[in-house]
Amino acid sequence: MRPSGTSAFPPCWRLALIILACVGAAAGGGGAAAATAGRPLPASSLYQLEVPLTDQNGLGFQLDARRGQPLLITMFYSSCQFACPRIMDALKRTQAGLTPAERSRVPVLAVTFDPARDDVAALKGVIDGHRLDTASWTLARTDPANVRKLAAALRIKYRALADGDFNHTSVLILLDADGRVAGKTFTIGAVDPVFVRLLKKTLAQADK
Amino acid sequence: MQAAGQCGRRLAALALATAALAVAPRGDAAEYAAIPAGSLASVLAGDADAGPARIDAFAMRTRPVTNAEFLAFVTGERKWRRARVPAIFADGSYLNRWRGPTALGENAKTDQPVVSVSWFAAQAFCEAEGGRLPTWQEWEYVAAADATHRDARSDPAWRARILAWYSHPSGALLQPVGGEPNTYGVRDMHGLVWEWVDDFNSLLVSVDSRDQGDPDKLQFCGAGAISLKDRDNYAVLMRVALLSSLGAADTTNNLGFRCVRPGAGENK
Repeated sequence: MRPSGTSAFPPCWRLALIILACVGAAAGGGGAAAATAGRPLPASSLYQLEVPLTDQNGLGFQLDARRGQPLLITMFYSSCQFACPRIMDALKRTQAGLTPAERSRVPVLAVTFDPARDDVAALKGVIDGHRLDTASWTLARTDPANVRKLAAALRIKYRALADGDFNHTSVLILLDADGRVAGKTFTIGAVDPVFVRLLKKTLAQADK
Repeated sequence: MQAAGQCGRRLAALALATAALAVAPRGDAAEYAAIPAGSLASVLAGDADAGPARIDAFAMRTRPVTNAEFLAFVTGERKWRRARVPAIFADGSYLNRWRGPTALGENAKTDQPVVSVSWFAAQAFCEAEGGRLPTWQEWEYVAAADATHRDARSDPAWRARILAWYSHPSGALLQPVGGEPNTYGVRDMHGLVWEWVDDFNSLLVSVDSRDQGDPDKLQFCGAGAISLKDRDNYAVLMRVALLSSLGAADTTNNLGFRCVRPGAGENK
């Protein structure tokens, strides 16, 4: 923590920093952002990546706006017939393993592999079709180059097929409050009890 | 108010200076060769099953990126220096042949290809040059050529010549860039270093197709993973196997890169 009352920045930069801090607080939403404000990001944080996203309501946000509390993150595409509905079910069942209080503190972010077809309306259609609670769920899209970067950083493989489908790694990834990978599970056919325990532990650590 | 105005002007000047840096030419401009559109029968069965892939015209760097060129890049872009790059973008051996963060030294000659670079760093270099890494198919398309043919892959002599390189120990001294050009005027596609591709993480190679049957182990949506079709083309298949095993922050001492620019007519 930088001691208050002294600053390494000249006045001009302080003004710029204050503006940035205000923008950051508005985007991050209150307490969560305040808890991490000023601390440098860990070198292994996913939030080192600058990815502009658009959610199912057409609202833009930066990936690192999610800093401040743990996050469940995965990638999917909406026209997928088999593995992706299973990913959604696995996430819902994983959430069901938490108490309501815990659940409200682990938002879910799913980013599409397929920005060409998954426009805002298609994302909204998935929210409605799967009855996803938008208090915790966000479906999002970005441009193809950033899809590739986000997947690369998450060690998710994917490949567009000629028929419009994608081959892809199906994985649920848990980030800690600073965006470090706390754990992941490839089990999407059933709840992974080890992963649920990890979620509870990561939440408990975020309280400290 | 006056202070704020001054501040605004200084910030604006800084922004302009930064923009100028970003587009400033770095010594000799990189040479790109025009690659005409065409079709490719990929060694990857998943692609071949759908028929030959259509490749749009693009321009490709005629040589892999050198140490000197990468040094110019990190000199302008502090965040990609060895001491500063976050671990999520490059591992601990990033640029480890260099003497220092902005110094090459004995083990990294100016005209040798840069190696020990991560995918993220390679992609950032190409973006700064107005391009990107080639896709696997673009790389494979150009790598299929010999000095006179666009697709020399069925020539046993060509295959043997390329395969001979892969039997050299990887610790041997790297040659400078600038080998014999292929029919497009592109050099060093084989025989010098391995190269990153844009979609390295699309290469879902399954070592055992039996993994695909168990739904609880299912990792890949849609059709199964690629199986390697053209088993005689070991040289190219080894590249697929290497790339499919890497993470985007990984670096190795024989893995470099080159860039492409989309579209035709960008030869310069």
